[in-house]
Amino acid sequence: MSELKKWFELPIGCTNIEPGSSLNNITAGWRVFTPVIDEKKCTKCYLCWAFCPENAIKIADDGFPKTDYRYCKGCGICSNECPAKAITMIRQEV
Amino acid sequence: MAQRMALSTNYAIAYAVKNCDVDVIAAYPITPQTTVVERLSEFVANGELDAEYIPVESEHSALSAVIGASAAGARVFTATASQGLALMHEVLFMASGMRLPIVMSIANRTLSMPLNIHNDHQDMMSSRDCGWIQIYISSAQEAHDTVIQAYRLAERLDILLPVCVCYDGYVLSHTYEPVEVRDKQKVLEYTPRVERPHVLDPDKPITMGVMALPNYTYEFKYQVVDALKRVPKALEEVDAEFADKFGVKYGLYEEYMCSDADVIMIALGAIASTARLAIDNLRSKGFRIGLFRPRLYRPIPVELWKSVLRKAKMLAIVDRAIAFGGCGGPLFSDVATMFINDSERPLMINFIAGIGGRDVTVRDLEQMGLMAFKSLEEGLKEQCIYFGVRGVDYGL
Amino acid sequence: MIMDYSMSTVKDLPREEYFASGHRLCQGCPEAIIARLVTKVLGPNLIVVTPTGCLEVSTSVYPETAWKIPWIHVAFENAAAVASGVEAAIRALQRKGLKYKGRKIHVVAIAGDGGTADIGLQALSGALERGHDFVYICMDNEAYMNTGIQRSGATPLKAWTTTTPVGSKWRGKLQLKKDIPAIAAAHGIPYVAVASISHLKDFAYKVKKAAEIDGPAYIHVQAPCPTGWRFDSSKTIEVARLGVLTGMWVLYEIERGVFKVTVPVPQRRPVEDYLMLQGRFRHLTKEEIEEVQRYVDEQVEKVNKRAGYTAIGPVVRL
Repeated sequence: MSELKKWFELPIGCTNIEPGSSLNNITAGWRVFTPVIDEKKCTKCYLCWAFCPENAIKIADDGFPKTDYRYCKGCGICSNECPAKAITMIRQEV
Repeated sequence: MAQRMALSTNYAIAYAVKNCDVDVIAAYPITPQTTVVERLSEFVANGELDAEYIPVESEHSALSAVIGASAAGARVFTATASQGLALMHEVLFMASGMRLPIVMSIANRTLSMPLNIHNDHQDMMSSRDCGWIQIYISSAQEAHDTVIQAYRLAERLDILLPVCVCYDGYVLSHTYEPVEVRDKQKVLEYTPRVERPHVLDPDKPITMGVMALPNYTYEFKYQVVDALKRVPKALEEVDAEFADKFGVKYGLYEEYMCSDADVIMIALGAIASTARLAIDNLRSKGFRIGLFRPRLYRPIPVELWKSVLRKAKMLAIVDRAIAFGGCGGPLFSDVATMFINDSERPLMINFIAGIGGRDVTVRDLEQMGLMAFKSLEEGLKEQCIYFGVRGVDYGL
Repeated sequence: MIMDYSMSTVKDLPREEYFASGHRLCQGCPEAIIARLVTKVLGPNLIVVTPTGCLEVSTSVYPETAWKIPWIHVAFENAAAVASGVEAAIRALQRKGLKYKGRKIHVVAIAGDGGTADIGLQALSGALERGHDFVYICMDNEAYMNTGIQRSGATPLKAWTTTTPVGSKWRGKLQLKKDIPAIAAAHGIPYVAVASISHLKDFAYKVKKAAEIDGPAYIHVQAPCPTGWRFDSSKTIEVARLGVLTGMWVLYEIERGVFKVTVPVPQRRPVEDYLMLQGRFRHLTKEEIEEVQRYVDEQVEKVNKRAGYTAIGPVVRL
């Protein structure tokens, strides 16, 4: 309990003054299947990036989409929607 | 320039809101509040007030819209009564929880059923513990001045709470009195714009109205408790500044002949004005009785009240609302609670009166005073008296 | 930055992100896709109002927030009223020179179907009638998902929910879906559109257009819910696409009274392709599916009549 803030340490009026602080919530633990992108097949259409509900696919400097596995929940939309069938869902090793 | 005008309390409030230069008004018509916002819409329509007037489709939306506007940094106003306040009920807690300096006037009216447009305090009493600052006034001038004070108080950075200014429907709302409309320039000097720490701003994006789990909810709510604790002193300061600027001081309560009183009558709002005459009459017959009219009712400045009330032998508490199935009226319960741990305390008798606009006359109040004295001498037979209900006889 | 109308592929969507990872929406949640897209297209000069619901509870649990633009939640039924207040405040403060100087701030309410079609309909109607310059986006997942899949006015005919169970007397919802875009359009507002997350370019174009039009705009976007509709989380976009391809979810816009189908479907897929992907329709018999097909056929006919051509073609079985 010690890390929880005291009442006078909270921002006023039920606000959160740290925009985007959900990044502190790592959601990798939700994942059962993990998407793996085969860059040989990827055509860089970026549909996976556009559809990702987790905002967990980033376009890297080389132009390929990369999954941020800290936030990927393994929903599988990227794999299902990839026109080039470049994304495979692999069962996560525990 | 200050102007002396014959105004009803509703109009006196509208003039105060205009001179505070509010930015957004959202309101829905409800008797007996309606003429407040009618007059405000005229001010906006003819350019006397540069504001957005949102003619919402319900009171729920009225308060919701001013919450949105206040969250966006605007100075806002709304007004309501009775069922309108009841419809706002859930939103009241959101306004205080979000610490938004909203000012709302409430022309107190009873709640259905039966439907009745006349005055009692049932509406506000059913929403009294919602984190709002509640000030009960007893004249049109006081209403005008209190609205101006309300902005100063609500927007203080150590307070940031919504304020409602309560006044009896019809009895005050529609009664004309000579009112000094304060000079706009002086009003604006008295209520300068403040930069609040939490507003919707793309340059400093924040999330407002968060969800919290059991681990944080209590701490957010305690912030409201803490801010309310600061209110009595803040209102005294605000009142003193008002006196410096405008020469009138209201205090947190009004006392009349209390210093040597055996019985002190306690009443909110308009009844208190009538009660002065009853006090005078009873005093002339040798009864040592006084009157205590709370102005700031939420938060209750407990020690201040007790400093006046503890000297009496009997408190006669007049409630203009029913707490169905409770231990007495809401005001009675509050006063009783503040003395509960004192070994020496006054006896207390509760009169429920003036329900649904039933007249409470000087004679009625004299009778209540006499009943209080009788109970003091002969012992308390009834703690809570539903005064004046046909068919009920307490044998007093 | 607002993207260009001429966006040819999703690659042209703005790269800026204003909806952060780490939110607590379910796997495959369409609301996250919608929130991400809307904030992308309209951010950063954007204020979002969200009523109580999945999106709200999953993005704002203190001490975390997924929002990187100013965001406000007040209650369940009042998003449109709160947005009215925000919009009026911006208008007043800009006019008085007190705040928000020299730029357009978009005010967008993003609500679910319960907060729109049912409990929030009054506030929405009031705000549309008053003509506030704001965008109201309804993410329609066709039930109260946040409380656990109860029927709403937007639940379609025959769908199973926890309050429209399949029993000996009931077989899912007994009533038709409430046509909320039509209700919005009946207010005579300048822009109404129906969108789908399967057609992101079309959706982005509608969001941008809605925001740029002066006055109220309403966008109704389908939000296929893996949890409530009972399909695999990878199928969210596929279900949405089949909604469009079966003619059950027609993508159109009504701009100043002019109706236009923005994504014509020359050949329609049979409704069972859409229904059978979802557990909430698993109880349907062949006859019941045919009944749904007949209903959709009637609706499509009305759409085509209104469009003035066969925007949505006949059913072709593959």
